[in-house]
Amino acid sequence: MWAFLQKLSSPKYFYTLAETLIPWLGWSCLLFMLAGLYYGLIVAPPDYQQGDSYRIMFIHVPAAWMSMLVYMVMALAGGISLIWRMKLAEVIAASSAPLGASFTVLALVTGALWGKPMWGTWWVWDARLTSELILLFLYLGVIALNSAIDDKRTASRASAVLALVGVVNIPIIHYSVTWWNTLHQGATVTKLGAPSIHLSMLIPLLLMAIAFKLYYGLTLLMQARCEILERERNTHWVLELVDNPR
Amino acid sequence: MFSDLFAFYTLLKRDLTLAYRHRAELANPLLFFVIVISLFPLGISPEAKILTIIAPGIIWVAALLAAMLSLDSLFRSDFEDGTLEQLALTSHSLPLLVLAKVLAHWLLTGLPLLLLAPLLGVLLFLPQSAMLTLLITLALGTPILSLIGAIGVALTVGLRRGGVLLSLLVLPLYIPVLIFAANAVNVAADGLPVTGQLYFLGALLSLSLTLSPLATAAALRISLS
Repeated sequence: MWAFLQKLSSPKYFYTLAETLIPWLGWSCLLFMLAGLYYGLIVAPPDYQQGDSYRIMFIHVPAAWMSMLVYMVMALAGGISLIWRMKLAEVIAASSAPLGASFTVLALVTGALWGKPMWGTWWVWDARLTSELILLFLYLGVIALNSAIDDKRTASRASAVLALVGVVNIPIIHYSVTWWNTLHQGATVTKLGAPSIHLSMLIPLLLMAIAFKLYYGLTLLMQARCEILERERNTHWVLELVDNPR
Repeated sequence: MFSDLFAFYTLLKRDLTLAYRHRAELANPLLFFVIVISLFPLGISPEAKILTIIAPGIIWVAALLAAMLSLDSLFRSDFEDGTLEQLALTSHSLPLLVLAKVLAHWLLTGLPLLLLAPLLGVLLFLPQSAMLTLLITLALGTPILSLIGAIGVALTVGLRRGGVLLSLLVLPLYIPVLIFAANAVNVAADGLPVTGQLYFLGALLSLSLTLSPLATAAALRISLS
């Protein structure tokens, strides 16, 4: 186990491993996304209240889930890089930040598009929307700090500290904002007991959630490969790769 | 243990003395606080009815901005002349020394804000019943601002253009303080009990008092490396 982790943490090994994993992730992501879209847009019945416009949920909800998951991944990788000085964890954290920010923007934009027909306005200062917006600010802070420091490894450690501080703060921010104002509909999938969403809508939602996770994995690997090349540009194996591209 | 306390006291005294020798700089964040607040009646409306409603929010947002602007002085000069490196090299625990610097910073910027706030409350027609609550929230809240801000400054102290970046890092983390404090003052103006909000602020204060010096020390070591 340790030997495998040690091997995995070598940027060179990870670079080639990512190369073989990318097509697998890409094709399975496409498969799940097509299935999810088919079930979501064609098979699932229109909602008795919201009509067809609820279908934006199949993008909105997975994006919102991903925005939180990616932050956790980023903070976890940041913690690992602080404790064990693992280069790969630094690469994962640095590559995750822009991806997480994009998921957050996607969740906000689709939420606004959904809010217009449902609530009659693009934006309301409601608890979940506001905490999602603050999450975006936290992402942008990490990205800005990452790009402000020239030395890549120092930048990674500094933004790891910031990401960890953010993790402590996210629940506090979330609950303080919830307490401050609430209009958004309550959670429908993770509610204890039976979920209050019908199976015909739940299946495409979960399919899309899996597709989004695969998409994150795919883009993370692609981004990480570029990041590794940039960070290791003075090492022997990268120079060799440049001389004899496969 | 005793030597740690002595170092804490010495550093606190040094920072206070240094600030006392540069008295003119001390007034700047306060002036900023007053000017920002006096802009709101000009921009929105001089009517007492409107100002009463928005007074708690304005005072607190202005306090947030003033605290953030004054943060840069926390580590900047010590970083530039190398004092910070010497502090990190001593055998004393760095989080404790950080706490001394943050305490000095709060005494110099947070406390004067507290003394000035009632005056500004009167300017904005804040009801008498909310004045005491405003003071309590500022007393509990401004130390949190200094403590959280210290993490941000420690991360950006080595950068040449740290100023704008600092606000991007620190302001989102200030939001819970703003929510609870401004809400407490609002509620107090309506004559309702505010114990819950004050407990929350107290909890946030003890959390940041215990965790933020550790994070600040870690960030300083990164910036110094």
